[in-house]
Amino acid sequence: MYKIILAIRYLIKRRITYFAVLAVALCVFIVVVVMTVMTGLVSDFKQKNRDFVGDCIVGTESLVGFTYYKDFMTMMEETDFIEGVSPVIKSYALISRAGSQHCYGVEIMGLDPVRHSQATSFGQTLYYRKADAAKAFVPTYDPNLPGCVLGIDLALPRDSNSSYPYAVSPAEIGYSISCFPLTAKGALAKAGLGEINTQTFYFSDHSQSGLAREDSSLVYLPFEQAQLLCGMAGPLERANAVHIKFKPNLKLNAGCEKVASLWQMFKQQKAGEEQADLLDTVTVQSWKDYRRAFIAAMEKEQTMMTVMFAFVGITTVFIVFVVLYMIISHKSKDIGILKSVGVSNADIVELFSGFAFLIGFLGSGVGLSAGWLFLIRINRIEKWLFEHFDFQLWDRTIYAIGDIPNQVSPKVLVVIVISAIVACLAGALVPCWQAAKSKPIETLQVNQL
Amino acid sequence: MGKDDFILKSEGVYKSYRMGATEVKVLKGVDLAVKKGEFLAIVGASGSGKSTLLHILGALDRPDKGVVKFEGRDLNRHSSSELNRFRNKMVGFVFQFYHLLDELSVLENVYLPAMASRSVVGWLVSRRWAKSRARQLLTQLGLHERANHKPYQLSGGERQRVAIGRALMNEPRLLLADEPTGNLDSATGNGIITIFEQLNKAGQTIVMVTHDERIAQKAGRIITLTDGKIA
Repeated sequence: MYKIILAIRYLIKRRITYFAVLAVALCVFIVVVVMTVMTGLVSDFKQKNRDFVGDCIVGTESLVGFTYYKDFMTMMEETDFIEGVSPVIKSYALISRAGSQHCYGVEIMGLDPVRHSQATSFGQTLYYRKADAAKAFVPTYDPNLPGCVLGIDLALPRDSNSSYPYAVSPAEIGYSISCFPLTAKGALAKAGLGEINTQTFYFSDHSQSGLAREDSSLVYLPFEQAQLLCGMAGPLERANAVHIKFKPNLKLNAGCEKVASLWQMFKQQKAGEEQADLLDTVTVQSWKDYRRAFIAAMEKEQTMMTVMFAFVGITTVFIVFVVLYMIISHKSKDIGILKSVGVSNADIVELFSGFAFLIGFLGSGVGLSAGWLFLIRINRIEKWLFEHFDFQLWDRTIYAIGDIPNQVSPKVLVVIVISAIVACLAGALVPCWQAAKSKPIETLQVNQL
Repeated sequence: MGKDDFILKSEGVYKSYRMGATEVKVLKGVDLAVKKGEFLAIVGASGSGKSTLLHILGALDRPDKGVVKFEGRDLNRHSSSELNRFRNKMVGFVFQFYHLLDELSVLENVYLPAMASRSVVGWLVSRRWAKSRARQLLTQLGLHERANHKPYQLSGGERQRVAIGRALMNEPRLLLADEPTGNLDSATGNGIITIFEQLNKAGQTIVMVTHDERIAQKAGRIITLTDGKIA
């Protein structure tokens, strides 16, 4: 009992312990805020990627695409674990706004809006046609014109407040889109005949996927028109990918394995048929593997942050070590007194470890509370800073994020609190050991006073 | 005198300390026997080894050579936990500079030995008894009204009386006092010695180290330590 009483009294009466508590609180505060924001950004980014591509992608990197995709889709739709299947054309194009001399390169994605909305969250990324994705390519101002959906950053530059200046209805703007159609062998389909396919599409909507790269470089076109532009139409139609969404009760890996096995079976069935060699370039990937290049960069950033905060943790250990070393040096007389009344070395270690535990516990409590309070106001604070000082933590013209993530994860909090307490105990280890080792007669001698 | 009449015996106790490259021999074969209920004063010049001998007798330190027996049992053969129990139950220390814990109140300082020997549960069970015993001791020592004060709010004499209360808390068989009046004025020192005399009359065995011959005269027996040996 005296250990609890003394540990609490040392904590209350020694001002230097306030600094230790403050140091722990500051470290915990920084870690809670940064880890919450970082974890939120990463999980938000992952979710956006999943929303964008669906659960599984059967596709090829080749711009030529692959044949028999319709047969494969039929095969997939006959299974009981598929919720949506959407064929997609992916290629590059040159785009120029009607009346403009300026021409720039974009990526095009040909898709069926209904099918694609079943396999991905495409419908939810639209602005004007969110409620009716089937009309994504139908311009409201003239339903007879061929429509195109532009990535929001292509269509709508942000205003000075970093917000999108949405108009009530889409403006009637024509875009001339030119593609280089390829044969099944990868040669230019119209070699010597003009070489490019050009068609004018009219702005019908914009898509905000929340993925910076996609929103600033993608133009969505109706599937059939995109197929024609890329030279993939004809008796043996080709597509670049099939996006798949699984039924909710199916786990991602299990679903991907099923699709991979069906694909192998399908490939064997098609072996020997015309242009069946194109199927060899096709891979079956989960959304995680398909978007690995993008997600990995973000995860690497998160890992680096974790490593950096491990160093912050080491600083905490050092601060606690210094504070406890100083306190124990001042308390050598107490250690002698306690030993003279029969207190064991282990009890001395427990006493000062308990003291360190209290520093860690209180420090994490203060840090967590402050971090939580800061996080629930972080967006208001950022808005205020932007309004008054034109400062934004993340420039929204560069980073495709809305609000700063501030959803505190209980799991992360538990890990942070335990780490802070462990750091304090680690910092107390050497001073505790020294205290336990000290001889009472040395500490009780007159010249020690 | 029967063999069992001796509560404490030291036989050929040697102790030396290293000060840099030099070895300082403090005790050079001390033989001592203390009877139950005896009030023994150990006198000697400064640096004669009085305090070192007292620490060895109270198991705060170990001799380099020789044997210290408490009630016939060799303290050298005690394990660390047995020595801790010995210091907690069998002996009570009174130091020249009182050595009270500043963070605890007077009452808490007095019942500290009772708390130290018990687990949290054990303490919760026996705390009423311990607090009552501590209050009783403070009343006997004239400090009843000072129970909730902090040591720094007390005079030197009061602090030493608190230290005596703490030493007596677990009803030890042996009270060891190291210059208990050394930091007090004459009148206050006499008051402390009077308390020792009363305790001794009640049957308490006391071994007191002092350099003050006048104070030593109050003890039942005086031995002089000269150059690490009993003269």
